[in-house]
Amino acid sequence: MNTSENALVNAIDVRGLTKRFGTRTVVDNVDLSVAPGEIVGFLGPNGSGKTTTIRLICGLLTPDAGEGTVLGLDVRTQSAAIKRQVGYMTQRFSFYEDLTIEENLTFVARLYGLKPRAAAVARTLEGLGLSSRKDQLAGTLSGGWKQRLALAACIMHEPRLLLLDEPTAGVDPKARREFWDEIHRLAGDGLTVLVSTHYMDEAERCHRIGYIAYGRMLATGTVDEVVSGSGLVTFVVHGSLKPAQIREIAAADGVEQVAPFGTTLHVVGTDREKLEAALAPLAQQPDIKVEPGETSLEDVFIKFMTGAQDRAA
Amino acid sequence: MNAALSAGRLGAILAKEFVQMRRDRITFAMMLVVPIVQLLLFGFAINNDPKGLPAAILALGQDRYTRAVVSALEVSGYYRFERRPESAAEAESLMARGAISFLVTIPSDFGTRVERADAPRILVEADATDPAASSGAVASLQTVANRALLRAQGLQAATKEQDEGSLSFVVHRRYNPEGITQYNIVPGLLGVILQMTMVMMTAMALTREIERGTMENLLAMPATASEIMLGKVLPYLAVGCVQVAVVLSAAKLLFGVPFLGGLALLLGSVLIFVLALVLLGYTISTVARTQLQAMQLTFFFFLPSLLLSGFMFPFAGMPGWAQSLGELFPLTHFLRVIRAIMLKGAGLDDVGREVFYLAVFVPAYAGLALMRFRSTLD
Ligand SMILES: Nc1ncnc2c1ncn2[C@@H]1O[C@H](COP(=O)(O)OP(=O)(O)OP(=O)(O)O)[C@@H](O)[C@H]1O
Ligand SMILES: [Mg+2]
Repeated sequence: MNTSENALVNAIDVRGLTKRFGTRTVVDNVDLSVAPGEIVGFLGPNGSGKTTTIRLICGLLTPDAGEGTVLGLDVRTQSAAIKRQVGYMTQRFSFYEDLTIEENLTFVARLYGLKPRAAAVARTLEGLGLSSRKDQLAGTLSGGWKQRLALAACIMHEPRLLLLDEPTAGVDPKARREFWDEIHRLAGDGLTVLVSTHYMDEAERCHRIGYIAYGRMLATGTVDEVVSGSGLVTFVVHGSLKPAQIREIAAADGVEQVAPFGTTLHVVGTDREKLEAALAPLAQQPDIKVEPGETSLEDVFIKFMTGAQDRAA
Repeated sequence: MNAALSAGRLGAILAKEFVQMRRDRITFAMMLVVPIVQLLLFGFAINNDPKGLPAAILALGQDRYTRAVVSALEVSGYYRFERRPESAAEAESLMARGAISFLVTIPSDFGTRVERADAPRILVEADATDPAASSGAVASLQTVANRALLRAQGLQAATKEQDEGSLSFVVHRRYNPEGITQYNIVPGLLGVILQMTMVMMTAMALTREIERGTMENLLAMPATASEIMLGKVLPYLAVGCVQVAVVLSAAKLLFGVPFLGGLALLLGSVLIFVLALVLLGYTISTVARTQLQAMQLTFFFFLPSLLLSGFMFPFAGMPGWAQSLGELFPLTHFLRVIRAIMLKGAGLDDVGREVFYLAVFVPAYAGLALMRFRSTLD
């Protein structure tokens, strides 16, 4: 396969990916396509199979079913070649805590055969701003710094595909902002990124997102596509409501989610007419105002979660 | 790039392993202290008293007295006279190889001397590298032969007991004339100590990475199974060499154990043994899921090998099934090799076969480990 052909091929293109542990199906018939240079967010509740899917993609787990290509290479048979061009940042810090920052980076540089090695290590240290602390044991870094070190280490060999498993868990807002700026800069240079996260704001910084629950990919697309595809309607109720009133609304026909946000209440449902009917009595009251609102990604995900749970039960 | 072995990547793992080894001070200290403690403990404490050792009779005459003594010895049950060498040279080589512990030589003039009551003699050569084994056995040998001879002469044991012309035994303690126990124990201890530390340390090789969560990262990077294996075991081969130097020096300086054979052959065999051990440990680490499991598996292996290898009890004194089982331990072969080289001055001709058996463990364990190694997290 030549390079020009490679450029057209999706960076990730897998179909029907399935993984079972014992009798439990943890990843269930997942399809995923990611175009080169795209940043795709991977969302889903805890234990939904995000990490497992990422491991399947980089060849750390063998799928029980499914097929496809990663960087144009067969995901089932060419995992050694895939590994060389993929940077995988694990969810748990998995560099050597008893090696210094520099020794860890040197180890990675040597495994990938980077040349000149010292320069590659120095550049990475510089980029991290850790040059002065290079002799510190990695185990003694703070959580956020460990994350940054791990990211720096896994892009050292200039991979074509970056698989990031909750890279910003425990990272402060400023560092997170910088982190995402870096991701966008790398993607601008053609790097493809699949990143799992629990943060809605991060999802919105992705070109596209995929939502997985109980091992099933429930939605993929841009944030707007996912929100509109959910068919949810939201009304925002302004004004102070008594707890009894909130309970009443929540119990009303057509109301699926009720979430207070400060002094407002978000009321979400699928059927606009039923929702309007449920809120009509409130709208009559003088100190309360009801107006159409924007459905958030979070509302959509909560709907997905409840739906998936019902199906799983 | 796709080669199974790249010097660059192997170098990466080697360098990393050395750094980690150095940083783990407790383990490092243990590896140097444990051998010395064990050496002193076992070296002074262990003694043994076996029965049923393999022996050979070299009967040069064909007279009835010789036959009587031979058959009496054969049925005595104290020893296992399994071999009837044809010549003195053949008998000598059996002993050098360690195939027999005793050689009873009945001279050709034995019968005539008995008839003439001219101080008939039987020569007993004992492999005294294991002195405890030889001394007890020689005494009972004498009783059996005497009784048989008297019966053949038609005399009562009681009447002829202190006679002038009665049978006498000439006993040669071969290889260790003073019967010093340490000569036997100390070379064996080298094997036991090496086995203990090498196997235990390398058995942790992969489980440590798994428990610390670093395995996932290592596997996600382009290191091959053989690079990981060699990168992990070779540093311990180096540690093993240090241990060998320590124990051999102690053997010489503290216990005065003789070094009769060639040093090159000795060190070469030790190297093969250590290589087999680190690979065995690594094989265990491909089986175990946690460090605790690795530890348990090591002990699981360690105890029987100690009991069945001929270290604690003479190998030849064990029942057949135990001997067959014992052959499966590298320690068994190593003990034969090192005792033969150090104490009997055996050369490659004598121990080549055992060294070969020892060497077979290396590819066997390496192959097993590579087969067991999981390059995925399944
Ligand atoms: N090696 C394994 N053996 C058995 N079950 C496993 C294994 N690895 C993962 N699982 C199970 O598979 C399910 C999915 O796990 P996974 O780690 O992929 O979830 P996740 O989406 O990454 O969750 P989180 O957001 O908490 O990281 C979980 O229920 C987990 O218990
Ligand atoms: Mg996860």
